[in-house]
Amino acid sequence: MIESLPKLLNATLTTLKLLSLSLIFGLIIGLIFALMRLSKKKFINNFSYGFSYIFRGTPLLVQIFIIYFGLGQIEYLRSTFLWTILKEPYWCAIIAFSLNTGAYTSEILRSAFQTIKPGMIEAGKSLGISSKIIFYKIQIPIAIKQSLPAYGNEIILMLKGTSLASTVTLMDLTGVAKYIISTTFKPVEVFIVAGGIYLLLTFLVHNLIKFSEKKMRTN
Amino acid sequence: MSKLQKLFISFVTISFLLIGNAYSDKVRIGTEGAYPPWNAKDSSGNLIGFEVDLAKELCSILKHECTIVEQDWDGMIPALLMRKFDLIMAGMSITDERLKTINFSQGYADEVASLAVMKGSSLENLQTVESLSLSNKNAAKKTLDQLTKALAGKTIGVQTGTIHQNFLESGDVGNVTVRKYKTQDEVNLDLAAGRIDAALAAAVAFTDYAAKSKKPVVLVGPTFSGGAFGNGVGIGIRKGDNSSTVGKRDAKLLKDFNRAIDTARKKGIISKLAIKHFGFDASM
Repeated sequence: MIESLPKLLNATLTTLKLLSLSLIFGLIIGLIFALMRLSKKKFINNFSYGFSYIFRGTPLLVQIFIIYFGLGQIEYLRSTFLWTILKEPYWCAIIAFSLNTGAYTSEILRSAFQTIKPGMIEAGKSLGISSKIIFYKIQIPIAIKQSLPAYGNEIILMLKGTSLASTVTLMDLTGVAKYIISTTFKPVEVFIVAGGIYLLLTFLVHNLIKFSEKKMRTN
Repeated sequence: MSKLQKLFISFVTISFLLIGNAYSDKVRIGTEGAYPPWNAKDSSGNLIGFEVDLAKELCSILKHECTIVEQDWDGMIPALLMRKFDLIMAGMSITDERLKTINFSQGYADEVASLAVMKGSSLENLQTVESLSLSNKNAAKKTLDQLTKALAGKTIGVQTGTIHQNFLESGDVGNVTVRKYKTQDEVNLDLAAGRIDAALAAAVAFTDYAAKSKKPVVLVGPTFSGGAFGNGVGIGIRKGDNSSTVGKRDAKLLKDFNRAIDTARKKGIISKLAIKHFGFDASM
């Protein structure tokens, strides 16, 4: 087991890379769709609702399979520039993860925006502050503070979700664990070590979020 | 008897029945059901293929009651070791690496491995010897060097945990990028989609796929055998010993099935089934 540890730790880097990139893209997607959801225009509102409904309503594994194996079957797509991205399992995984976490993040942010009492915004307006500044200085900070616990949960869910990258040939932590098992035939031991690494990562994420929550409260 | 007592007694009886079933002398055979023509599933989900038919024949020779169970390839040997079934018949080649963990019966069939590419690939015109045996490393060297050159920088897909993966990772053909898939189906899909430059598997796995999908998949290079490709396909079985009842049973199963393969071979059953499923006599 000891000899497989460096390989697993190396693969943990891939997992973390997948996680961080997906979270960054997901946060951008989530913010855009959350704002669309708050829009008064019916079409924009419904579009955003439909997006989050589809991506929260289907399993992440199915989403990855559709993006990786499904889109790969469309011959027309293979002749376009999109194929340079979709050809790579790495980017297919990132796209699936980003859209999935983006859908959840948009719901988290939407509910956070909705907790802001209209009175706060009106107070700003009555002081003559422009709505742009109200958005950046009042709405965003409050929304971040409100959504932090739920978002921390989403990061942890996403961390475990990245294990599905192994189904499209990526050598993340789970992928390498499976690879080691295919030569050692010792699933229990290897999966316990891999599970331990996931547990440790969750512990770090959990504490990071707890720390930021504390920091925000004192501010 | 009170109602509660009755309930308790029936519960205990049922549990004994269930446990009894799990330890009955029925022989359970694990197969993948995703590697045609060795083993596959028909459209209604029933297991079919050469090994499914052969398993039934061997069991009827031994007058054993058998059930065939499905198991993903990457968990095949672990599942055998955990006694989820007693035998593996899943196109599994007899290799030294696997023999460290499990036993094999004598081989019952063998066929060659081959590289496959899509029509129009730059590898399509690869000119090599027709068949390459790795049993003699010196004789194979020239062709291996040629392959090393042709495959440099290419991405090749294989099913994970196979002889094909072992061969590509052995360094015999230099440093190619090996992409590992859970099933052969997925390898075929990505080969057709152009995500990988070539794929390596049993030659029949590609011809079967090409025939069913009507995709322009072509075999290139030599057919491979020997060395990392093992010594034919046999029945995988736990290493038995005489120290325990289950160990004795495993040792007996190995002896029984070796005998059954002998009988089936003599009667021409294996050849007949091979011709039916492969289109040529792959028996050994």
